[in-house]
Amino acid sequence: MPLISVRDLVVEYDGRRVLDGLNLDIEPGQITVLLGGSGSGKSTLLRQILGLEHPKSGSISIKGTDMTRCSQADLKKVRRSIGVAFQSAALFNSLSLEDNVALTLREHTALAPSIIDLIVWLKLAVVGLADFGKLHPQELSGGMKKRAAVARALAMDPEILVLDEPSAGLDPIVAAELDELILFLKEAFQITALVVTHEMHSAFRIADRIAMLFDGRLLAVGTKDEVRANQNPRVRQFLNRVPANPMHTPALASYLERYVQSQEAKP
Amino acid sequence: MANLLEITGRETLSQLDYVGSLNIQWWATLRGMRAALPLVGNRHRWRAAVHQMLEIGVDALPMVALMSMCSGFILAMQGASELRRFGALHFVIDLVAVGFTRELGPLLTAIAVSGRSGSAFAAEIGTMKVTEEIDALKVMAFEPVEFVLAPKYLAALVAVPCLSIVAAFFGILAGGLFMFFSTHLDLLLYFRYVLTSIELRDVVAAMIKSLAFATIIAHVGCLEGLRVRGGPDAVGRSTTSAVVRSTFLVIVADAIFTTIFYFVGKA
Repeated sequence: MPLISVRDLVVEYDGRRVLDGLNLDIEPGQITVLLGGSGSGKSTLLRQILGLEHPKSGSISIKGTDMTRCSQADLKKVRRSIGVAFQSAALFNSLSLEDNVALTLREHTALAPSIIDLIVWLKLAVVGLADFGKLHPQELSGGMKKRAAVARALAMDPEILVLDEPSAGLDPIVAAELDELILFLKEAFQITALVVTHEMHSAFRIADRIAMLFDGRLLAVGTKDEVRANQNPRVRQFLNRVPANPMHTPALASYLERYVQSQEAKP
Repeated sequence: MANLLEITGRETLSQLDYVGSLNIQWWATLRGMRAALPLVGNRHRWRAAVHQMLEIGVDALPMVALMSMCSGFILAMQGASELRRFGALHFVIDLVAVGFTRELGPLLTAIAVSGRSGSAFAAEIGTMKVTEEIDALKVMAFEPVEFVLAPKYLAALVAVPCLSIVAAFFGILAGGLFMFFSTHLDLLLYFRYVLTSIELRDVVAAMIKSLAFATIIAHVGCLEGLRVRGGPDAVGRSTTSAVVRSTFLVIVADAIFTTIFYFVGKA
């Protein structure tokens, strides 16, 4: 039975359809990578799964709870089993790294402060930041922030780990380190991970399953090999990194045509 | 003409939407305020509220005191220049005492707090919106209203009336210094006259006004922050808007309260 199940999901912003009848299952203990270009709807799908936005229609079920119709109490209960690392890291700037990681432990558990300190140290050690706990987010590099966000996401030992563009804006070495960290987390904690990215190398390194989004629709869902073998022209274009020809865009072509005509009409 | 009606209608709806949002936010914060109270609430929220009280109250003390002293001198001098012509210089004491207790103490405080803390609330919450910290709070199963807004509102409810008392004291003190230098009226005697001219209902009216001003400043600042969409420039705009709107609403509220107290006093 899938841990996360998305059914016929439709999302619209001001009448513009962003996700169009999406169906997706995320199996427990697997790393599912959501792949797609900019504006394909990856982050929107993520926000829907996390219950941050409401869809126009369709449902999202996490561990049997329908996130689109459940009560606030149920929503909070489900959220406690999800760890999220945002694209911008979203660390609380007023708190030190230690306090960022300790926040949920202090507020949602009755653990003794000494135990919380130990857990925080362990989580920071997992992401290689054990010596930086006293620093504030603004004192960290981009890669360190991303790793700190992962440490915070792991604080409550979540069943599901959600990572939004974990390697965006990072140099290849740090990005590769993060990939290895995600694989380590899966091996060590049997975690179910949903990773949103548009970096193919990273996706094919960490994924058990890949779901490829284009224009709010899923073009391909399957294992790495299945996606590699997919013959959909858009999938091929994405995998082979073929640039879209702007001249083939109808709006641009008609604009250029009108521009040329207006230039010719000038005396 | 139709265009003018359309603009008027749209603007009216927008202002109604704003006032409605303020009321909804106020109600939600009142419901979440228990968490910020000492003993019965969450100690982390209470600690945050105390921290905010120090920022709103103690840090603004020198500025409010100086503003009130200057205004006290101005009011006493302007009053004296007119009242002297009628041989009624002693009425300067009533003018300053009643004027500062009922009106200028709460109003000057509200303007100072609006500029300092209302803008700070908008900037802080706006930045949290832009950097996804508010979303992070939600997915960590926290209630942003309880976590961010309630401590700020509680702090404003405590700090603004206290600052208003301080402002009234320094304004009246400035009046006393003016009377001492211009008529050699002893300061102790001056304060004795002050106490006879102020009535309990003046103090009660001032406290009611202060609580209303605190509510306006805290909620306009927080709402402007929560309404931020986009990037850092939107945070800047929300900060400006918080100060402009809260100062305007404070003055409107002051006019309404003064009218009510005037008619209640007559009856």
